[in-house]
Amino acid sequence: MTKIKSLFISLVLTLGVSTAIAGSHGSTHDLVKERGKLMCGSNTGLAGFGAPNDAGVWEGIDVDVCRAVAAAVFGDASKVEYVPTTSKVRFTVLQSGEIDMLSRNTTWTLSRDVDLGLEFVGVNYYDGQGFMVNKSLGVSSAMELDGASVCIQVGTTTEMNLADFFKANGMSYESVPVETNSEADAAYTAGRCDVYTTDASGLYASRAGYPDPSAHVVLPEIVSKEPLGPAVRHGDSEWADIVRWSLNAMIIGEELGITSANVDEMKSSKNPEVLRLLGVDAGYGAMLGLSDDWAYNILSQVGNYSESFEKHIGPNTPINIQRGLNALYKDGGILYAPPFR
Amino acid sequence: MSSTTIQIISRNKYYNWLVKNLFSSWVNTILTVISLIFVYQVGSFFLNWAIFDADFRYNFQGELIIDRGFCSKNIMPGEYGACWAIIFARWNQFMYGLYPIEEAWRVNLIYALLPLAIIGILFDKIPFRRYFIYFTFIFPFLAYFMLYGGPGLSVVGTNKWGGLLVTLFLGVTGIGLAFPLSILLALGRRSKMPIIKSLCVVFIEFIRGVPLITLLFTANVMLPLFLPDGVNPDNLLRALVAVTLFQSAYMAEAIRGGLQAIPRGQVEAAQSLGLSYWQTTRKIVLPQALKIAIPPIVNTCIGLFKDTSLVLIIGLFDLLGIGRAALADMTWTKLYYEVYVFISLVFFIFCFGMSRYSLYLEKKLKTDNS
Repeated sequence: MTKIKSLFISLVLTLGVSTAIAGSHGSTHDLVKERGKLMCGSNTGLAGFGAPNDAGVWEGIDVDVCRAVAAAVFGDASKVEYVPTTSKVRFTVLQSGEIDMLSRNTTWTLSRDVDLGLEFVGVNYYDGQGFMVNKSLGVSSAMELDGASVCIQVGTTTEMNLADFFKANGMSYESVPVETNSEADAAYTAGRCDVYTTDASGLYASRAGYPDPSAHVVLPEIVSKEPLGPAVRHGDSEWADIVRWSLNAMIIGEELGITSANVDEMKSSKNPEVLRLLGVDAGYGAMLGLSDDWAYNILSQVGNYSESFEKHIGPNTPINIQRGLNALYKDGGILYAPPFR
Repeated sequence: MSSTTIQIISRNKYYNWLVKNLFSSWVNTILTVISLIFVYQVGSFFLNWAIFDADFRYNFQGELIIDRGFCSKNIMPGEYGACWAIIFARWNQFMYGLYPIEEAWRVNLIYALLPLAIIGILFDKIPFRRYFIYFTFIFPFLAYFMLYGGPGLSVVGTNKWGGLLVTLFLGVTGIGLAFPLSILLALGRRSKMPIIKSLCVVFIEFIRGVPLITLLFTANVMLPLFLPDGVNPDNLLRALVAVTLFQSAYMAEAIRGGLQAIPRGQVEAAQSLGLSYWQTTRKIVLPQALKIAIPPIVNTCIGLFKDTSLVLIIGLFDLLGIGRAALADMTWTKLYYEVYVFISLVFFIFCFGMSRYSLYLEKKLKTDNS
């Protein structure tokens, strides 16, 4: 039954995706403007990345990318409709044109970029598989995990990465298979395994919920590449440019030290790149088909990348993620946006 | 007889019942004691956790709980039980989803009118029943207008609907639409006309042959791809189509069971009196068949009501989906037990209600012919 089901589902996907590619035309930018709001595919709820708060307002760093695009297009970051998507339907919802962009902790891979007909426009969070252990074990590196029992979600890439990592380093482990992430979480807290492994952001989010988060440590080794970023449909480069440069504007904003607080003062800056970004030197908005103050709107209403990061997942939030790989290239990370000129 | 005698007799009655059912032998006595201890342990643990040691809106220091850090159990682990503040803080979302709160009165009105709309078809001995039935037929249009909006009311897209609203919408509308459809399907499957018969058989067997998740997934993912660009039927509507088709196939089989139990002779007798097919069906066959089919029909209804929570797989925020979204918020994360217990309670209330109603109906109609 399961086989037939998965066959059916893949048939549905293949059929669906190919018809969609054949049938999609018309400029997304025009459609969005006509509609008066941006349809943004979000998570159904992932702490720090995208979830509705008590008042029903969506928050998170993925959500901030949607808000940035709305600020660029409409000059109003609130003109977004969020369409909650699960990992199973996210790509087809994008393909069918129900949403204009997908910003939902989605890993950029070759097959998704090429075969599924998506276009990833950048990376807003560099994730990777990590390991979490109890501090009392006294382990400070994943190299010391020989013989440990590991809670692992079955049938995921995480499982393969784990096997590869231990094999490559000549170590052995005992796997404690579980079905879902929350189950893994529960098994780890109940002490059924020494190590809990999944994407590092997930480890941080889980840890934030423990009664005593400081008793657990996420080890420094990251054993896989999981670049998460927003995606749009293939074949509409103008729209892809708008989404790409909305994200880039947030990163460049941080690079140039422009925050939502000082963005108005920065308009009188001497730095030509700041003047170009904030639209004081006109002409760059028109290239994208936007108004000249598009990046100004992003930075004043959403803030720069660092502000978004600190507000939703940074060290001062319960999730408590260090910038690490996601720091600017100047600060030892790999976050890098092409120059604004 | 004096009142004391009656008391003694009745006391003896209870005493006899106890001895007969619980303490009739050593084995039974031991089992009874063990069961009582077990019930006491589990019951007292649950009550302590859920009520006596629990926080509602304020923690043990009297502070209003605004995030999970304020929960007594997180301040003094092991000392306190549930932290229901998440339910209070998210009450509106549990009830209406992300429906704009200033418009929530519209949903409340529909919630309040829903019992009036179904009471006429559930009970036959109520005063002014005819008017209640009229209202039942007006209600869907009224509900659509109030919930979705229209002239005079702002439009609230269904992507804003959620929580109990979506669960009830899918459950009630799904069951309501599936019922007539399933009667037609059941009759069609027993029809002597080969095309109608085979269409019904293929439809029923196909729908019953795939899981609801697959249907939901198909409706959600494939439908928009086969339609022209820009025509995107509403997400909730797509789920409703899947749920209705699914429910009608199952209900049709339940009703067919009832139809098969009607002796052939009754139909022949009706025909010999000159009744047409529809007259026979409407006046002789269906009333009896539906009576027999009540338990399985209610069974499928309860099943469907719970199955509506599967829509979270296509990104709809039903009661379960909105609960999971609440858990994903850093303010409240990890309060799993509170959220899931609350959701179970809501589902239980509705499903138990349906089950009691079916019992009442069975008794009233004396289905078993005894």
